Amino acid sequence: MKLRRSMLFLPGANAAMLSTAFVYKPDSIMFDLEDAVSLREKDSARILVFNALQLPVYREIETVVRINPLNTPFGHLDLEAAVRAGVDVVRLPKTDSAEDVEVLEREVERIERACGREIGSTKLMAAIESASGVINALAIAKASPRLIGIALAGFDYVMDMQTERGDGTELFYARCAVLHAARAAKIDAFDVVWSDLNDEAGFLKEVDLIKRLGFNGKSLINPRQIELLHNAYAPTEEEVEYAGRVVTAAAEGERKGLGVVSLNGKMIDGPVIDHARRVLQRAEASGTRK
Amino acid sequence: MKIVKEALAGTLESSDLLVKVSPGPGTGLEVVISSEVMQQFGLQIDHVVRDTLARLGVTAGLVVVEDKGALDCAIRARVQTAVMRGAEAQTIDWSALS
Repeated sequence: MKLRRSMLFLPGANAAMLSTAFVYKPDSIMFDLEDAVSLREKDSARILVFNALQLPVYREIETVVRINPLNTPFGHLDLEAAVRAGVDVVRLPKTDSAEDVEVLEREVERIERACGREIGSTKLMAAIESASGVINALAIAKASPRLIGIALAGFDYVMDMQTERGDGTELFYARCAVLHAARAAKIDAFDVVWSDLNDEAGFLKEVDLIKRLGFNGKSLINPRQIELLHNAYAPTEEEVEYAGRVVTAAAEGERKGLGVVSLNGKMIDGPVIDHARRVLQRAEASGTRK
Repeated sequence: MKIVKEALAGTLESSDLLVKVSPGPGTGLEVVISSEVMQQFGLQIDHVVRDTLARLGVTAGLVVVEDKGALDCAIRARVQTAVMRGAEAQTIDWSALS
């Protein structure tokens, strides 16, 4: 069970950020070749990311590359660079249908064969950025066994909906649709970026909302947001203590061959035990909430 | 790869470098490097630049590197980009970049 609370966006053309970002320890680092790179630097960013991915430090952290859409002059070259460099996950932007994922998967497999990489070792994620994408979220989420998650991308989505970012009401349906699709497909769900770096209270309010909805985590645009996010996702001491007792009771029940275990008169079943394990995993990753 | 026109890649920001390639006045390969960390890492930078050029099959031209403390991976990337731009390369030989 891989923790994916924080996915830090890095502009692919920025050598300094690509050389140092691992020190901030997000759960995943996403090298962006799409919106954060100007048209005239697409080639240099692609080559820089190709080289940075081969740094030994990036073998210890999950790496993601956001490629340009495959119907642009850049998408296929971006994909060649990412897969050949050994990226963990390719993020497809502007995913409107399951067919978009299927086309990507076929291309990834072709490149894996061409460069001798293990078939299936490149994972995928799809970013949903339109009304069509939200409507087709379940089909997208189930389009490939390589998918590790789907993400909602807020800016393009609200543009497509002819609205703008506000208190979250404008994203409510899309968040719930993407989240339900991810859960039905048993993959992860990622929320939109929070772009106002100076509004820490607003960021934390949004994190609280998406955590309660059930998102695994959030795309981030600044390292400052990582610790805030991880702390918000960290369990309280009481939650850790209770989760520990649940896991211990479950282990004891299993040792005795009991199908169902009770703790202080409450039945503990599979989902409760799974939740307790997730609580302990988050506590192990970043301690208890401060 | 043959450099047929002048081309630039990179920036002068910290941890980056600017690479300028041109066909050059002579027939051989000339590499000129300046760096803020020349005393400590000059030989290493020179090695990375020349190794990258050799893998790309560049045997002639002038390559001017202005380094601002970049890691080896950034040096390789900027040299590769400048050469591909200067050679007007239409395809990428990925094995030459690894």
